[in-house]
Amino acid sequence: MSIEYLGLSEINGPLIILEGVSGASYDEILEISVNHETRLGRIIEIYEDKAVIQVFKGTMGMSLGNTRTRLTGHPMEIAVSEEMLGRTFNGVGAPIDGLSPIHSDIRLDVNGQPLNPVSREYPRNYIQTGISSIDGLTTLIRGQKLPIFSGNGLPHDRLAAQIVKQASLGDNSDEKFAIVFAAMGLKHDVADYFRRTFEESGVSDHVVMFLNLANDPVVERLITPKVALTAAEYLAYECHMHILVILTDITSYAEAMREVSSSKGEIPSRKGYPGYLYSDLASLYERAGIVAGNEGSVTQLPILTMPNDDITHPIPDLTGYITEGQIVLERSLFGQGIYPPINVLPSLSRLMKDGIGKGFTREDHQDVANQLFSSYAKVGDVRALANVIGEDELSPTDKLYLEFGKAFEARFVAQGEEENRSVLDTLAIGWQLLGMLPREELDRIDTKILDQYYKPAAEGKGN
Amino acid sequence: MSENQYASGTIYGINGPIIYIKGQTTFQISEMVYVGEEKLVGEVISLTKKRTTIQVFEETSGLKPGDKVIGTGGALCATLAPGIINNIFDGIERPLREIAASSGKYIKRGFSMTSLDTEKKWRTTMKVTAGQIVYGGTIIAEVPETPAVVHRVMVPPDISGKVTFAVPSGEYTISDCLIKVRLKDGTEKALTMTQRWPIRVPRPVTERFLSTQPLVTGQRILDTMFPLAKGGTAAIPGGFGTGKTMTQHSIAKWSDADIIIYIGCGERGNEMTEVLEDFGKLVDPRSGNLLMDRTTLIANTSNMPVAAREASIYTGITLAEYYRDMGYHVAIMADSTSRWAEALREISGRLEEMPAEEGFPAYLASRLSTFYERAGMMHNLNGTEGSVSIIGAVSPQGGDFSEPVTQNTKRYVGCFWGLDKSLAYARHFPAINWLNSYCDYISDLTPWYSENVSPHFMDYRGRILALLNTESSLMEIVKLIGSDVLPDDQKLILEITRVIRLGFLQQNAFHKDDMCVSLTKQFKMMETILYLYDVSRKLIAMGMPMRILKEEGIFEHIIAIKYDIPNDKPEMFEDYRKDIDAFYQHVMEKNA
Repeated sequence: MSIEYLGLSEINGPLIILEGVSGASYDEILEISVNHETRLGRIIEIYEDKAVIQVFKGTMGMSLGNTRTRLTGHPMEIAVSEEMLGRTFNGVGAPIDGLSPIHSDIRLDVNGQPLNPVSREYPRNYIQTGISSIDGLTTLIRGQKLPIFSGNGLPHDRLAAQIVKQASLGDNSDEKFAIVFAAMGLKHDVADYFRRTFEESGVSDHVVMFLNLANDPVVERLITPKVALTAAEYLAYECHMHILVILTDITSYAEAMREVSSSKGEIPSRKGYPGYLYSDLASLYERAGIVAGNEGSVTQLPILTMPNDDITHPIPDLTGYITEGQIVLERSLFGQGIYPPINVLPSLSRLMKDGIGKGFTREDHQDVANQLFSSYAKVGDVRALANVIGEDELSPTDKLYLEFGKAFEARFVAQGEEENRSVLDTLAIGWQLLGMLPREELDRIDTKILDQYYKPAAEGKGN
Repeated sequence: MSENQYASGTIYGINGPIIYIKGQTTFQISEMVYVGEEKLVGEVISLTKKRTTIQVFEETSGLKPGDKVIGTGGALCATLAPGIINNIFDGIERPLREIAASSGKYIKRGFSMTSLDTEKKWRTTMKVTAGQIVYGGTIIAEVPETPAVVHRVMVPPDISGKVTFAVPSGEYTISDCLIKVRLKDGTEKALTMTQRWPIRVPRPVTERFLSTQPLVTGQRILDTMFPLAKGGTAAIPGGFGTGKTMTQHSIAKWSDADIIIYIGCGERGNEMTEVLEDFGKLVDPRSGNLLMDRTTLIANTSNMPVAAREASIYTGITLAEYYRDMGYHVAIMADSTSRWAEALREISGRLEEMPAEEGFPAYLASRLSTFYERAGMMHNLNGTEGSVSIIGAVSPQGGDFSEPVTQNTKRYVGCFWGLDKSLAYARHFPAINWLNSYCDYISDLTPWYSENVSPHFMDYRGRILALLNTESSLMEIVKLIGSDVLPDDQKLILEITRVIRLGFLQQNAFHKDDMCVSLTKQFKMMETILYLYDVSRKLIAMGMPMRILKEEGIFEHIIAIKYDIPNDKPEMFEDYRKDIDAFYQHVMEKNA
């Protein structure tokens, strides 16, 4: 039995300072009992016998005299086992579904360790989500980290739920798949929505939920994604499952980090966020991937709400630099009743180029995607011009672009919440839309592919 | 070596990657140290009478106050010997393949391992014999390191004297003694293939001289519009998704450098895996060897410890300088220097230094300049010529070029290849904006282009750039009133610049004939496009409307040249010239 330390020397927001400790190590977890309740804390700075401790459940009710603190001798760990599937835990991995805790001999350090680039396998297998703008233009690849950049009030939750439903019911449903869901500062009704969706689509036996809700302790949020990813890595690499990790909302996570950083009195960099925001986010996102010679994979679908819809805000900005692309939702499309309101131009999947085309989807996929991007970018220019000189004054080609733009949004981007399109369907819609433009406008497509697939709109309507 | 020979101390405080030792110690500044029981590698970064500050290149969780810190007596050094090429290291030159082999998929801490294989026997051809006088840089022996690279084993820069003993040619490991040298002070020094060099100190050279050769990359917008000199420096700034990494990959694949050092500094793990997989399969068109046979990767991905990220840039450039000393042209891809600057900021913040702009430390500019100034075309100590070119990616926050890293980098680089978000959104790649990019090497390189490609090369380049600039001002008008109202000669400019943009500037990195384009083809493409422009201008001057010219389909035909003419068939350009003449005739006959 290790020593208990009585009392504290300072309490400041979520941080406490304990003096006179011996043998404490950096990043170690402590148990603090306050009025018969045990809280967990983590050492985030240490000077000789003085430790700065971050308390996960918050410091409410603590006084300088009423605490007893015990060192555990190890960093934050959780017990992992296959039995986690179907269970619900709080933000630090304690069960909240009324069932007993996970009993397992395997306890893993939640901080994880960096994956050696030599041991990684470059992800190449695409995941069919059944959503045209994702499958067609920003294809999701197994082992990728592809965030959804959204705003408050936009349907990112519905989109994530649709991806989960449709991706899990894809052609590979015989393989072992599971979902790890980590909520950070999520509203109760949103968490409920996800739980219901998982139940309705019959996947709830394959879901592990870690919930830190909006009224749960802020500091716990900092540990929630790490706990979830530790579970995901165990299921992927030890139980050989394909894991889809949903992390929502990264913005709340970064806010929590800022709160702790400012209590610590650190020098802020941009917008008050600590200088290590990039490294810290990277330590989450980089835990996606595939290990060579291992059947499992960890795919991440983080969701973040851009403060004030600003994509240059540090959180989406730094995220975009780490993740392998992004799916950007756009308020004006949503205003026009388009679901999913994905703005394809800033959206991107970096791993797409190696996971599509001949042998994966179809040989014309990359060309169609490039052409749709390029033509839709032109639509933006034409719309800007029409705003100035009026639609009537546009040249005939420009008018075709306007029509193309409308049809693209209405037929390609927009689709039902239950609609599950195959990649071939998506490509067929793409060709129908490209058929609305004269052939000489299609400058991103190889001549041979044009010969094979291009049909001008008049003839193409029979399809 | 006994422990008490060097300075030592015990940990007092820990804050992230920074640890403190209380009181006055005998450590030197920049000394490499081992921290704790696991012997984590660290470096002394500040000394006062009250405390010593050390940055640790590995994760510090589990360290305790009271743990031992042991000095090594020397600065953080890179190990230089055969075995560097076709290898992958972390930021402090630990071999990732060996780490994976012995510790599994994760990078474990405190992994002490020699950087290079000391067991492997290399086929060594000796170049010096006993009795010879050798100086710093003298080539002692040659070792075929990979099919593409002959490793020239050199005398370390600070040693000179008479050779008293030399082994015969044969098979040796990197730690076998090759020669013995009697130094000026009379002592004898045994030399092996291995040198150690402090990573933060530039390796000495005889002199720096003006570079007049371009680093040919096979990328049209770079070679033609904004060429980089061998030994020059370039920055590629761009927001996320604009193609920094793709551009770096293209240059690493297709440039005519002898050695490529690819530094993945705080970037994605999958990207390094991609380079490893791709370069292990792709063949260098110039030599027929695998690309990996001339490449070394330094991978310190974003989730690896931040202090080692700061060091990775210096490790990379030290390796580059070492190969330059052998007489090679080395190109460094540093992806991304912003992550390195952020590592500086993170450590500076932990040290509670007074921040300058956006939280970056005030010494950001001077660190950047000392890094970029290590590039250059040099006369080496041994009389050979070699160069180090640096191509640094910059990831500006929010894609805003006014931020400190981009601005400070701009002051020290010769080429600025600005990536543009709107081009990337329209999937125009490489998304290098031709209006805000620049190149300082044009006048130095013009003679080379005139001699080796064509005397008209720079002239054509100028005309193309002028057309593109005119287009940009015309577009201002088009945005307000539409293109229909423009006079025909201006419509022609818009059409010909469309050909330039789509047919010349845009380049497909995945098309076999377009991924790497010879300078001859680049020149012929410019020539053909400008010929089309001249012919069309003649027709317009005769009063032919632009509408008729467009009907002929000649513009689309010329745009497709990049795919339709393979690199090895420049004679096909004649046919296109004839097609343009036929187009002229046809328009004249039809509308006479």
